[in-house]
Amino acid sequence: MTAYTATVTIRLKHGVLDPEAETTRRALERLGFDLEDLRSADRFEIDLEAEDAGEATERVDEMAQRLLANPTIHDYDVEVDER
Amino acid sequence: MGTVTVAIVRFGGSNCDRDAERALEHLEIDAEIVWHEDGLPDGTTGIMLPGGFSYGDYLRAGAMAAQSPIMDEVREAAGEGVPILGVCNGAQVGCESGLTEGAFTTNESARFQCEPVYLRVERADTPWTERYEEGDVIEVPIAHGEGRYEITDERLEELEDDGRILFRYCTEDGELTDEANPNGSKHNVAGVLGDRETVAVLMPHPERVTLPDIGNTDGQGVLEGFERADA
Repeated sequence: MTAYTATVTIRLKHGVLDPEAETTRRALERLGFDLEDLRSADRFEIDLEAEDAGEATERVDEMAQRLLANPTIHDYDVEVDER
Repeated sequence: MGTVTVAIVRFGGSNCDRDAERALEHLEIDAEIVWHEDGLPDGTTGIMLPGGFSYGDYLRAGAMAAQSPIMDEVREAAGEGVPILGVCNGAQVGCESGLTEGAFTTNESARFQCEPVYLRVERADTPWTERYEEGDVIEVPIAHGEGRYEITDERLEELEDDGRILFRYCTEDGELTDEANPNGSKHNVAGVLGDRETVAVLMPHPERVTLPDIGNTDGQGVLEGFERADA
């Protein structure tokens, strides 16, 4: 078994309104920063042991599908690194 | 009357369960609060998923409660035609658990909103809306931070074509305007039906406008759906 850290990044699907990001963008502009757009994302780091990177990815992918992301509004990606 | 026993499912953080119980009792609908870990009691003939902040809205509102084993029983009951109503957090749990389609997510304002709103009855031929006429406008309060109905445009059109939209936010006169849409919900959707008409979820709180002492009883007809669906 090898120790891995899987990083799951969950973003709103393109076109889904992100009111928190919009509020954050406006607050940055009020502070005088110049920016065109801002998107927010959630990131989860999951430590786990698996036979190989493929198995680790598969397990974390299922975690994302079943709980961490809501497929109606989210896209996600999983990256796996040896720990 | 009195033959229906509605299980009001209490999760950690539910806080409208007692309101729901009182409202149902007022309508002489037998109701019982059920702790989610105890499962559904035998003889459950209706299920209400009440409002609140189950699991502190961690991850997404309703996401954790949707994973409770009792929800497997609730889905099974839904398939058997048992009437199921999700209100506010219960609506979020309903969507997260796949009882109904779409998602209720962060209000356009990015704020928690607690205010009365007007709802237009989109269908009056479901158990939840038989008391009303199609196009009727009822006044019901909302109290949520994550109530914006979100779904793909294509799927929303299909739900509309299938008549699965139950309530929309509207003006006092029943017009669907952006101003009357409190949270930015797509097409002003406030409540939807599941695969069966016996399953419905909505963000506004009918149980808060059921007791005559409150002054407004517009929500009674929704809760009476438990009896109608059972008949």
